[in-house]
Amino acid sequence: MDFIIFLTLLLLGYGFGTWAESRHYKSIEKREIQYQKLPTIALKHPLPQKGKVVKVKLASGNVVISVDYFKRFLAALRNIFGGRVSAYETLVDRARREATLRMKESCPGATQIINVRLETASISKNSKKGSVGSIEVFAYGTAITYR
Amino acid sequence: MLITNIEMIPGRKIVRHHGLVSGSTVRAKHVGRDIMAGLKNIFGGELKGYTELLSESRKEALNRMREQAKQMGANAIVNVRFSTSSVAAGAAELYVYGTAVTVQ
Repeated sequence: MDFIIFLTLLLLGYGFGTWAESRHYKSIEKREIQYQKLPTIALKHPLPQKGKVVKVKLASGNVVISVDYFKRFLAALRNIFGGRVSAYETLVDRARREATLRMKESCPGATQIINVRLETASISKNSKKGSVGSIEVFAYGTAITYR
Repeated sequence: MLITNIEMIPGRKIVRHHGLVSGSTVRAKHVGRDIMAGLKNIFGGELKGYTELLSESRKEALNRMREQAKQMGANAIVNVRFSTSSVAAGAAELYVYGTAVTVQ
């Protein structure tokens, strides 16, 4: 009985997880093209730009993403053999890109975003286990508008 | 109140420094959100409840910092940094700090 529940969860996780991930990636890629022209840099000084500064604002975006049951199982297997845990690599990649996009979306009309910082925190119900159940990525920077 | 995370305010000149200001909140998630998160742990995907909770908490911390700067008579905060730490299981502290300054 336990085995059936486990298999069902695994299948559900695989099905929904794969579907959600591909949908999320499609949406990320679409929006990244939209914001391609907005310079987002980690430098502390603004890029040379003509015009006067009209607005300065702290731009920020955050997202909490959870990994699905199937991937968690894969990662647990990886813990035995070692090596790249690609299941978690896509998770953090998605979270970082989404947070950066939300930061860009939070300041419409900005000319550039400088000194961008990304902060990652792992959120899990029982932190004793130290499992990366879900992660939070917070992106912030200074949005400058020139005119 | 102008807030940036660089050492200056572009296009303005800093005339006075007031010192460090900070704000913090400790938040715990509530049970309803925990149950939803438990479900999402099977299917994967974004935990919208947590995203909102954390962004609201950060806003609150920012507001507290802003209040402190206002009391000092500053009109801008530069070099702002955020930090997150988990105090206990199920609770997180969101801390924000920066330097209060007066700009022209």
